[in-house]
Amino acid sequence: MIPSLPRPRWLRTVTAAYLAAFLAFLFLPLIVVAVFAFNDAPYPAPPWRGFTWDWFLGNAGSGRVGLFKDADLLGSIWTSLVVAAWVTVLSVLIGICNAFLIERKNFAGKQMLSLLMLAPLVIPGVILGISILAFASRVAEFVDDTFGWDWEYLRPGLPLVVLGQFSYIATLSTLTISARLRRFDRTLEEAALNLGAGKPAVLRTIVLPYLRPALIGSAAISFLMSFADFNTTLMLVGAQAPLTVEMYGRMREGATPVLNAVSLFLMLASAVLALGLMRGGSRNKGTSAG
Amino acid sequence: MSSAAVGSAGVESKWHGRLGLALLLAPAILWLGALIVLPHADLAVLSLRERIGPRHYVPSVAQYRTFFTEPLYWHVFVRTAVMSVIATLLTLILAFPIAWIIAKLARGRASSLLFIVCLIPFWVSETVRTLGWMILLRESGVLPTLLVKLGITSVPIELLYHDATILVGLVYTSLLFMLIPLVSSLESLDNSLIEAAYDLGAGGFTTLRTIVIPHAAPGITAGCIVVFMLTLGNYLTPTLLGGKSSQWFTEQIYNQFITRFNWEQGAALGFLLLGLSTSLVIIGLRLAGQRFGDVMRRT
Repeated sequence: MIPSLPRPRWLRTVTAAYLAAFLAFLFLPLIVVAVFAFNDAPYPAPPWRGFTWDWFLGNAGSGRVGLFKDADLLGSIWTSLVVAAWVTVLSVLIGICNAFLIERKNFAGKQMLSLLMLAPLVIPGVILGISILAFASRVAEFVDDTFGWDWEYLRPGLPLVVLGQFSYIATLSTLTISARLRRFDRTLEEAALNLGAGKPAVLRTIVLPYLRPALIGSAAISFLMSFADFNTTLMLVGAQAPLTVEMYGRMREGATPVLNAVSLFLMLASAVLALGLMRGGSRNKGTSAG
Repeated sequence: MSSAAVGSAGVESKWHGRLGLALLLAPAILWLGALIVLPHADLAVLSLRERIGPRHYVPSVAQYRTFFTEPLYWHVFVRTAVMSVIATLLTLILAFPIAWIIAKLARGRASSLLFIVCLIPFWVSETVRTLGWMILLRESGVLPTLLVKLGITSVPIELLYHDATILVGLVYTSLLFMLIPLVSSLESLDNSLIEAAYDLGAGGFTTLRTIVIPHAAPGITAGCIVVFMLTLGNYLTPTLLGGKSSQWFTEQIYNQFITRFNWEQGAALGFLLLGLSTSLVIIGLRLAGQRFGDVMRRT
């Protein structure tokens, strides 16, 4: 049970074995993906035929198109980055507004509104996608019929993908930022106001710096969630596919190890992001304690 | 004179307050109105009409009638729900001992390190993790080859495209959402309660049933609800690991909407999925006697 109580020997052994098996289960798929990015074979499958960089560097002419020469794949990474940047900016901005709205203002229907803000998390992503698709197309039809305007960006494409992802990622940033604002010591703000600072100055010099860890955290979560989103994106995507959709299409057809190469690249990128966040987090803890 | 000045300042700051409130309310209302409420209202209207000619529609419940009369839809709907329940329970059973190790057995740095290690795979997108499972399980993949080498099977067997494969993928992808609420609810359990139960002669199972599970109930509920919802709405894992035989309900919605362009039918199926998901969330909360807002705030 717990360390302060006697635990029989067999229970310790079983616990350790279970933990080892669990970790193997967790990491096996990732290790396999990474290893086969370097296998000298046209398909990501055993046996091991020696080490190669082909799936990163291979030229289009050699029959093995590597990641850095695969224009479609690189283009889809760029598309994902652009979408994720938009979603991140929008989500953090609305997260700040909502945090102040919920923590600082009182108005009729506030309870309902804050409950409604949680709703996007319980709606399956596929349904968020189709509902936005259908609504956008109805609006497009309406402005076309009444005004004769052709609002191209309401057709499936990147603007709709951004809106679709934003519709539920905004909830996450709202939750993160308002949780931090709730713990803010308001006497600090009053002190600054008493000392003659104006409201904008207080916001800029006291409140926003205090919110910084939550802003960085919610930006990272938004970026990551947007980059990894599949369900909502699939319903709203147009001609330009983000990385997850591009990879999905290729995985259905049985792709070359270039997908392993791009996956390894993603793993390294998210590892760097995670380490950066952790370091930033511990530094912030240090400064606020000091 | 002075009271009039105070009065006008009061009016002005009240007006300022109103303006501030309006400015803060606008983004939230725009977001929830234009991206959540109106699209779903539109989807509801869409699902309740029938096309009787080019650009000519009449209100009807034909789409829902089709769902009940067409056995395929029914079958897939029930199958998706049952598989999701199984996946949720498996995830809970698999994650609970790990959450216990993290929250109770490991101490200090070891505990937080282990927690971080368990979360690492989920920094990578579901697509990448599914690719890993495909390489491991497909007929020419790592595990079938290994089974032949070990002499367990004589020829490589196809491990993809089974229901069990879909379950493995779904459980794998859901673990994170179970681990986090479980660990946080177990961490808040006072060890002295467990010691007291032990001193009073309770065995491991009794302690688990009468002390640990009641205390961890909010975490268990939160984890199960999130996992169930995500599993039900998953598209990537069932279609890739289950192939043609996946028969997942989200796939039906996609087919109606994108492949067949039958938006009315797709909208109706979408609403049925939403109804199933929402009602199971509500039942789950009722069973645990909790409010939705509290649970979401915990996670």
